[in-house]
Amino acid sequence: MSTPPGVVATARMIAARDLRIEWRARVVMNQVIPFAAVTMVLFAFAVDDTGALGRLAPGLVWLTVMFSLLLCAQRAFAIESADGALEALRVAGVDPVGIFLGKAAALAVQLLALAAVMVLAALILYDLDPPAGGVVLLVTSAICATCALAATGTIYAGLAAGVSGRETLLPLLVVPVVSPVLIGATRAVEAALGTGGTAVADGWPWVGLLAVVAVASAVVGALTFGSAIRD
Amino acid sequence: MTTPTTPRSTGTRATRVIGIAAIVMSAWLTLFGLVLSPADVAQGDAVRIMYVHVPSVWLAYLAFIVTAICSVWVLVARGRVPGVDRVAGASAEIGVVFMAVTLVSGMLWGRITWGVYWQWDARLTTTALLFITYIGYLAVRGLDGSPEQRARRSAVVGVVAVAEIPLVHWSVRLWRSLHQEATVLDTDLDVDIDGLMLFTLFVGVIAFTLWFVWFVLHRARVMALAALVEERSLDEALAERAAEVPAGGQN
Repeated sequence: MSTPPGVVATARMIAARDLRIEWRARVVMNQVIPFAAVTMVLFAFAVDDTGALGRLAPGLVWLTVMFSLLLCAQRAFAIESADGALEALRVAGVDPVGIFLGKAAALAVQLLALAAVMVLAALILYDLDPPAGGVVLLVTSAICATCALAATGTIYAGLAAGVSGRETLLPLLVVPVVSPVLIGATRAVEAALGTGGTAVADGWPWVGLLAVVAVASAVVGALTFGSAIRD
Repeated sequence: MTTPTTPRSTGTRATRVIGIAAIVMSAWLTLFGLVLSPADVAQGDAVRIMYVHVPSVWLAYLAFIVTAICSVWVLVARGRVPGVDRVAGASAEIGVVFMAVTLVSGMLWGRITWGVYWQWDARLTTTALLFITYIGYLAVRGLDGSPEQRARRSAVVGVVAVAEIPLVHWSVRLWRSLHQEATVLDTDLDVDIDGLMLFTLFVGVIAFTLWFVWFVLHRARVMALAALVEERSLDEALAERAAEVPAGGQN
């Protein structure tokens, strides 16, 4: 009998597997990203003022990412419950902390790619002129925000996996809890893109908030995920 | 197998004493709040809304703290403490109702005093988000699954919801601090409260706390009875069927 892999090794395997499934099925790329992009177009119809769109751009980007999180998190556990893969992992004695961290990491990578496309879409569609010094802030805040969103989404999607009525329940559970992320990420990206009339340096306290939320959700998730998915 | 006797009501001597005490305190609160306590210099009679608003918000947060403590207990015991799980659920239900009372009474007071129903203040926003979170908690309690599974799932939501409170409050405060100076709420806190008003608030808090205990005890017992009925109905149906067979012959 070989010794079971540690938490980090398990997480890496789970994350690699999830990303491989996405790479082959292309659900996020071919379905979620187009949905998010058309949402960005619809915002332009709703606001109908290029100046206002530019000012609202960071908030609209993160609202879109949050909506997409609901779809991606749902998808992350649909691939598990479809053929009882999650049960198989548990029967095999795989550490739930490893499963949680792996699934959250894979979700974070997908959301980060999605956020990058949405920022690009906002730059093109909403006619933004970002300051050159904002790139580091933009990337750091996006990483922290997507990690926080992914951790929260994984806790709740795991909890609701395989339960009837989860499609309507997940948004109700996730949205209030990710509101600090929406506030922090919007303000940080506002500073990075120079849309809110604030300097780039003003964005960094928000990155602190995002980092705290990311760490807190990851810790709570790691502690509770085993209870959430057990039968 | 001896079946435990089903109690005829969810009341006991203790709940009756608590219930009577709650009624007496509520009558006292009504007397003090509407008749004896003076109208406020600045707010006029609108200040009387506070005698419902403050005890409600106290009760709601008390309820959510009880839910959180019970949730941690359920998680530590891996869902095998049905009594604790029922208290968590009963407490959250009452918390949601009184959170709604808090929001509505607060908005009415705000309309009279500030001229607007809503301020994007950290406390108000946190309270509103918390209200939605616990509606989600109750939805999770309603999911299907074994009782233990349901207990664990809702306990996870109960723990995450409490972890959320400081983060939401902090983020909203940080957000608002960039847009406006100290809110009306903050300056209001500095106002010296009249002694009789403070006493009336105190009476309200006691009365509402008694109601909380009374509601939780009854609700948790109703839940226990519902679980008993669910468990027993199948056994009884089988027993009835078995009793029918000899009477009706071998048909």
